[in-house]
Amino acid sequence: MNLVDELSRKRIKDPANLPKFNVGDTVRVHFRIVEGEKERIQVFEGVVIARKNGEGPNATFTVRRVVFNEGVERVFPLHSPRVAKVEVTREGRVRRAKLYYLRERTGKAARVKAKLRAQQPQA
Amino acid sequence: MVNALLGRKLGMTRIFTEDGRWIEVTLLQAGPCTVVQRKTEDKDGYEAVQVGFEDRKAEKVTKPLRGHFEQAGVPPKRVLREFRVETASPLKPGDEIRSDIFKAGDRVDVSGTSKGKGFAGVQKRHGFRGGPGTHGSNFHRAPGSIGQSAFPSKVIRGKRMPGRMGNAGATTQNLEVIEVDPEKNLLVVRGCVPGAKGGLVVVKHSVKGKE
Repeated sequence: MNLVDELSRKRIKDPANLPKFNVGDTVRVHFRIVEGEKERIQVFEGVVIARKNGEGPNATFTVRRVVFNEGVERVFPLHSPRVAKVEVTREGRVRRAKLYYLRERTGKAARVKAKLRAQQPQA
Repeated sequence: MVNALLGRKLGMTRIFTEDGRWIEVTLLQAGPCTVVQRKTEDKDGYEAVQVGFEDRKAEKVTKPLRGHFEQAGVPPKRVLREFRVETASPLKPGDEIRSDIFKAGDRVDVSGTSKGKGFAGVQKRHGFRGGPGTHGSNFHRAPGSIGQSAFPSKVIRGKRMPGRMGNAGATTQNLEVIEVDPEKNLLVVRGCVPGAKGGLVVVKHSVKGKE
């Protein structure tokens, strides 16, 4: 590993402690927001439609939700200290790595099937 | 103490700050530099140190230069540069200057040789606006008029025109030092630095000073 890679890996999260989730999962992202002195946590819930750059230092993931009939997508850096926690509320069964096709669909067509599993294990 | 170091640009990346913002940084190999000669007011008419950077095989160095290094008791170096120091400076030949002359939070100026851009037009080289790309326009990237007619009947000196761009000395001022690794002689500065990866750079304490 060259020195530049070493530097960019120094301040990222420990790979063992990275949140575990896949494309298609419905997640709750706990995002730290600093307002002046105060810090609070904002939760953004939606479907993970893309993960980019694996678990490398520049990795990001995109979460999509529909608010008042308007699609909202947020891109979170996986290693950002501001991403406090990612909870998986529902695992989805999908057949591709990027779910951009959800953007063209609305209502019932825009759902992701849940993974077939008798009882979901505690995340 | 001397306020400058020789180094090489290793490359750029981005890292997270504690409050979760991404900042773009450049990693520099800064030193170690070895003092090869101490120039003094009495002998040379000015106060300076000559420092060397990066070792070189003795047989690759010309004989006169080899003698110069032997006199200092220093292994032959690839790069030699001078930096001004104050009269009282205790530096003597053989002393090593490491990246710990800087600390996180300092402001530095980094000089290097910019990447060559070849023969560049006025838009790229001088930021001319150019003409409309479409709507029947025949005036796109050309420089336009370069002066008047009967008077002054010549092109004024220094008129900005196309020509060779880059591959010239350039300095980026007032860069923040993010991190210093004195063991490996590494320096992490915020922002970009002139030149290509592996290019020689001179890192100095900023002339604009700390904020």
